[in-house]
Amino acid sequence: MSGRLSLYRFSSPAAFYPLAGTIGKIAALIAVVLLAIGLYMSFFVAPTDYKQGEGYRIIFIHVPSAWMSMFIYLVMAFWAGIGLVFNTRLSSMMAQALAPTGAIMTFIALWTGAFWGKPMWGAWWVWDARLTSELILFFLYIGFIALQGSIDDTRRADRAGAVLLLVGVVNIPIIYFSVKWWNTLHQGATVSVTEGSSMGTIMLQTMLIMTFAFWAYSIAVAMYRVRSIILEREKDTRWVSELPEVRR
Amino acid sequence: MKARHKRLGFLLVGLVVLGAASWLVFNALGNNLSYFFSPTEVAENKVPADHVFRLGGLVQPGSVERGEELTVRFEVTDNAHTVKVAYTGILPDLFKEGQGVIAQGRMGPDGVFVADEVLAKHDENYMSPEVADALEKGHQKGIADMAKGNKPL
Repeated sequence: MSGRLSLYRFSSPAAFYPLAGTIGKIAALIAVVLLAIGLYMSFFVAPTDYKQGEGYRIIFIHVPSAWMSMFIYLVMAFWAGIGLVFNTRLSSMMAQALAPTGAIMTFIALWTGAFWGKPMWGAWWVWDARLTSELILFFLYIGFIALQGSIDDTRRADRAGAVLLLVGVVNIPIIYFSVKWWNTLHQGATVSVTEGSSMGTIMLQTMLIMTFAFWAYSIAVAMYRVRSIILEREKDTRWVSELPEVRR
Repeated sequence: MKARHKRLGFLLVGLVVLGAASWLVFNALGNNLSYFFSPTEVAENKVPADHVFRLGGLVQPGSVERGEELTVRFEVTDNAHTVKVAYTGILPDLFKEGQGVIAQGRMGPDGVFVADEVLAKHDENYMSPEVADALEKGHQKGIADMAKGNKPL
């Protein structure tokens, strides 16, 4: 019984607030270290590609951000579902806190993709299934942020946002499998769970380090953001007014 | 049955219905979401006549002829069928014999596909020139000319 209690304790915003600060600090530190290692490897350690030359190096930003853009959406949808079913306040705050990071990741994936597409394919943008579904993901993030921001009653805003997030989940497998289901200009997956990877070992290691760096970054900023959201939503409670940083 | 069990049930049923609906939609759309047609589909007359479409495949090795004023003629193949393509303009850097391309244009009356845009399609393999070289040596001849332009840096 006590084990159950200690786990559920952190679903209360008051208990999670200090924990989020600690997690945020650790994740930010990890992100800085991994980014430094990952970027150094991206530019100086990973070998030149046999076909695309140096230009392929944008993959070390492009793929991690594209993965994060899909993964963050799934995490948000998970929290939105939990919030909808159990009426827990913190889960809706988590979904809200992740949204800007997800939108930024999607934007980076689209933007670096355009920079990569122009020299390699010969086009900044094409309306193939992979690119279009990723653009729709960007609109879903923007739509969620706008919808939640436009409703003053937070409970109603959370519920509306959650429904939008859950409906949009359909898009994630479409993005992921688009290159398999249809002929696209975008090439197939380089790294897949079932078929392993088709890139050089050092290239793959670099990409994975960059991916973990992006993970740590996303966790860090989401934690700092959720702290702000908690303070904003709970500003009338006693525990907030007793915080040393608020009393000052 | 508690209220939250009910909500969970609604949520799960909703997701299943949504998934089924989108599966049906995409099943019905089928190949219409594909970005290009293959030479085989051209040979089977599955492409729109008198209409712009995209043709995708590999550039047939040994088929590229450069004419005057940026005009290029080459053949696009999927190893089953081949389509002749004519294009005037600047080709992307990755355009090479044996490399994937997607050309947009329409079928001429003489059976030559007249392209007004050619994009290069690359695959999902990334490796160092040394590794590519070693692989190529293992293959030897036949496609050996593909590696010519890729001396180890």
